[in-house]
Amino acid sequence: MQYMLLAYVDQLTYAKMTPEEQKQGLGAYQSFMEALHKAGAYQASGRLQPTTTATTVRVSNGKTQVLNGPYMETKEQLGGYFLIEAPDLDAALSWAARCPASHHGTVEVRPIWVM
Amino acid sequence: MGCVEGGEQARSTADAVARRSYGRLVAFLAARTRDVASVEDALAEAFASALQDWPRNGCPANPEGWLLTAARRKLIDFARRRRTGENAGGELQLIAEELEAAAAAAVAGATRELQIPDQRLALMFACAHPAIEAGVRAPLILQVLLGLDAAMIASAFLTSPAAMGQRLVRAKDKIRKAGIPFRIPEREELPERLGAVLDAIYAAFSEGWTDSGGTDVARRDLAEEALFLGQLVTQMLPGEPEALGLLALMFYVEARRPARRNARGEYVPLAEQDMSLWNMDMIAAAEGLLLHASAFNSIGRYQIEAALQSAHVARRRMGDSNWGAIVQLYDALLALSGSPVVAINRALAIAEVEGAPAALEILQGLAGDERLTQYQPYWAARAELLARTNACDEARHAYEVAIGLERDPAVRDFLMRRQSALAL
Repeated sequence: MQYMLLAYVDQLTYAKMTPEEQKQGLGAYQSFMEALHKAGAYQASGRLQPTTTATTVRVSNGKTQVLNGPYMETKEQLGGYFLIEAPDLDAALSWAARCPASHHGTVEVRPIWVM
Repeated sequence: MGCVEGGEQARSTADAVARRSYGRLVAFLAARTRDVASVEDALAEAFASALQDWPRNGCPANPEGWLLTAARRKLIDFARRRRTGENAGGELQLIAEELEAAAAAAVAGATRELQIPDQRLALMFACAHPAIEAGVRAPLILQVLLGLDAAMIASAFLTSPAAMGQRLVRAKDKIRKAGIPFRIPEREELPERLGAVLDAIYAAFSEGWTDSGGTDVARRDLAEEALFLGQLVTQMLPGEPEALGLLALMFYVEARRPARRNARGEYVPLAEQDMSLWNMDMIAAAEGLLLHASAFNSIGRYQIEAALQSAHVARRRMGDSNWGAIVQLYDALLALSGSPVVAINRALAIAEVEGAPAALEILQGLAGDERLTQYQPYWAARAELLARTNACDEARHAYEVAIGLERDPAVRDFLMRRQSALAL
């Protein structure tokens, strides 16, 4: 099965870190991805720019509405994703627990809808 | 083992198989597809087909095998209907092959008696997975393993049938879509998952036990099934004190079953039971289990409840009424569970130590809990305590409500006798 790990973290934390801490933080993510690759679980991933760069679009009654900012203001924001292959939910959950985001934020695990 | 043709015979064979093998068939099929709802539907249709086919063609030599094959075919039909997309073929092929291989393995070496591997425990742990909403784990196990309907489960869990039905559907949907595995958890994650499994077994036991006269076959079976599941868990996990505690608790209660009805079928409360009807072997087994559990030095809800049963039994047998100790056990239990039902029983024990007015005060404090306004034991306890303080009018009213809420006619009669015994 495919699962999406959605990493919700406080985006301000990273900005407040020293360059040394940032390097360490990124290193943890690199190790996580390396482990995913080694296990053959890696499918795709991406890190998102902060929500200050977000633009929201909604079309209603044929009119396109473009808004500056994210869909919702929250304490933790969607900061990145990992698409993984795992045999079952338990395997996906143990990858989520290894993901650095689950240590300084929250990781939401969602199965991919099989069409 | 063929059987005589005829609708009656077919029906009773189907009933017997349903009772004996339902949970086993669900667990076996669901472990392959993870689609519990479809497996339940497929089995329901398979049983319906059996009732049509068996009277015409005679009961099969191996009814379980017949049902397994029929259910498997229905499952493949369901999958075919659902998946009309492009890559449907591959997925469908996989399901078909998986079910085929599983069935072949089950029938292998067994020409007459089908040996379906018992995967009920794995299924129970899937239902009690942390990804499943905590409140629905136990009801889910009851429905999936024992085939109970949502209304019956809702009443055991003090919720509305509609809400319960919806939560069960959502939970099964999550098992399938989120890919919750069907297996027994690793040793280190076992204890935390075990609690939900034990709660469900106890709920099944309590539901079955309501009809202590044993006139309702389905309910008597439910208690037996719960005892079986409780034994299964202790065999698998001999080092889990709470599993031992639960089994001890159920044995204590089961041992007194024959004494809970008199010759006229009337309900008999513990204080008036004929102890010669108690199953002393079972009580001894319960004492042994409880003692064994206590050696692990890890107390929990079920060990305390078993200890309470032990104290009540000792009270009757030895005339030793240590109500102070009983109140202490209820205190500990209430602190662990926070259950209003426990609070009612604690109040009744306090009545023995401090008198009825103190207990009534406690009940008054619980009255704000909405679930209790429809809970018969709350009103019966209130009535009993009010009667003891000679508040006869109020007691009569409380009995009235309790009688109105009770489903079991024997208990209803008992409450009516109590009510009419009140002084005018």
